[in-house]
Amino acid sequence: MSIAPPARPATAPPRSEEDSFLERQGSTRRSRFTRHVILCVLGAVMMYPLLWMVSSSLKPSKDIFTDLSLWPSNWDFSNYPDGWTALEQPFTVYFVNSLVIVVLSIIGNLVSCSLAAYGFARLNFTGRKLFFALMLGTMMLPGHVLLVPQYIVFAKLDWINTYYPLLVPNFLATNAFYIFLMVQFMRSLPSELDDAARIDGCGPFRTFWSVIMPLCMPAFATTAIFTFISVWNEFFGPLIYLTDSELYTVPLALRQFIDSEGQSQWGQMFAMSFLSLAPVIGFFIAGQRYLVKGIATTGLK
Amino acid sequence: MTSGTTTRALAGSVASDVLAAPRRRRAKPRKDRAGYLFLLPWFIGMLFTIIPFFASLYLAFTDYNLLNAPQWIGFGNFREMLDDPLLRQSLKVTFIYTFVSVPLSLVVALGVAMMLNRGIRGLSVYRAVFYLPSLLGGSVAIVLLWKYIFGFDGIVNGFLGWFGIDGPGWTTDPDYALTTLIILHIWTFGSPMVIFLAGLRQIPTMYYEAAATDGASRWRQFRSITLPLLSPIIFFNLIQSLISSFQTFTQGFIMSGGTGGPADSTIFYNLYLYQQGFSQFHMGYASAMAWVLLVIIAAFTALNFLAAKYWVFYDN
Repeated sequence: MSIAPPARPATAPPRSEEDSFLERQGSTRRSRFTRHVILCVLGAVMMYPLLWMVSSSLKPSKDIFTDLSLWPSNWDFSNYPDGWTALEQPFTVYFVNSLVIVVLSIIGNLVSCSLAAYGFARLNFTGRKLFFALMLGTMMLPGHVLLVPQYIVFAKLDWINTYYPLLVPNFLATNAFYIFLMVQFMRSLPSELDDAARIDGCGPFRTFWSVIMPLCMPAFATTAIFTFISVWNEFFGPLIYLTDSELYTVPLALRQFIDSEGQSQWGQMFAMSFLSLAPVIGFFIAGQRYLVKGIATTGLK
Repeated sequence: MTSGTTTRALAGSVASDVLAAPRRRRAKPRKDRAGYLFLLPWFIGMLFTIIPFFASLYLAFTDYNLLNAPQWIGFGNFREMLDDPLLRQSLKVTFIYTFVSVPLSLVVALGVAMMLNRGIRGLSVYRAVFYLPSLLGGSVAIVLLWKYIFGFDGIVNGFLGWFGIDGPGWTTDPDYALTTLIILHIWTFGSPMVIFLAGLRQIPTMYYEAAATDGASRWRQFRSITLPLLSPIIFFNLIQSLISSFQTFTQGFIMSGGTGGPADSTIFYNLYLYQQGFSQFHMGYASAMAWVLLVIIAAFTALNFLAAKYWVFYDN
């Protein structure tokens, strides 16, 4: 299996008596075995599509729907180099485009959301509660309501067919989810830190930069990973704002495989699909504990 | 989440918050300045949210094609929606999709979370395997994959063939295309599962010990301890999943190549909105559609909050 078990996640409480009670209660040997069987079967069913995609990317296209086994009987590595150049532009262009957008979005989200989060979590100012409620409100606001006017504004600014509509919002802290995540994290830091910094003569910005920021790295890591995954997979924004194939991101490029309904391209399509997922899977394996922690904190509080 | 902030978070009240905001410009500038400076990017971002919010409400009452100035037509767009069969179809598709796939995936998520919670070896491996699909589920690559796994000669029918079942054309038969996408949604049960798992770990085990001592069966323990104590989290997951699944787009777009086919069976509401707004440039009509969906989502969220009084149990 391609998923490496990570080190014990930081979120899991240490094994205590509490755990062992549940274990004792539900755990005759047989029931434990049954549970493993059910979970393994379910896990296999869920992983099968992904494994099938990898295996299909290594088969000649004519074998994909006839040879059902996961282990290719005829290995064909040509899908990767052929798929890479099958579309209008080589995939180098699409991957570089996606990477540029992702990296800038991560920077934008980290800078703007951490500033806002610090303001909400640690500073006192008139209207803070109201603004915070407003921020939570935007978290639930379905994005499509803003879509048409935003499109019109970007069109008037002549930003269609540029990356600005995809990037600028990220520099303006429009992702309330990340602000919320960071606020939760900053609130858990002891307020004596700020007091000590103030006594030592730090203004709010210095306190933020030298005291709070270094402590927030776990929350920043979570934000970076979530941003990476959601921006990398993002389809709708690029679809409406980018029309020039030189600017396409990887998901837009993949979509062209169905437009050009060439029968022989399945292997290439799966090869490129797999490559498009590989960075997400990689980030997931590297950052699993931040993801699990992040999704659990925002869900629980 | 306290009920105070959550009711506030209802999309509709955002507008009233803005309107009700007292314009205070009194002298506390030194104390306030730092806070406002830190929030400066966010304030500008809010302009990008609040202005479009009201602009789209205005556009909903106009006829606008991006070239000529918007023309006020009153309730014209909304009247047109009443007679638009494709709109009705898109609502139907979105509702079926939401009300079948959300409960099913939450039940699976809770079930698996409970199996994982009872102390199991290899927890982190299982969790990784179940969680990963939820990160990939919305991507173009996975929807493409789904299209071919379920396609007429795909592996699903190959598998059914072993049992002598003649599988349908999952992606070409209007009766089954949506089912294919519902299965895809259930495949991504991992993210609510992770939240459930974190919630289950917070339930003190002594409750179960006490119940077991009193002779409560496992089912009884589930009903009287797990369900009530987990209900805020079930509620959170329910709201989140409902809101996001009402807005499904990519799945329908990729599965049908943007058309919503076969026979309009995957024409999700947002896909139809996209067609109206960005293929035919009926911007006024698209705005009206967006507001109708907003009202539907707000109504369902409000309904859930009302119902929550009767089944969600808050400890404090």
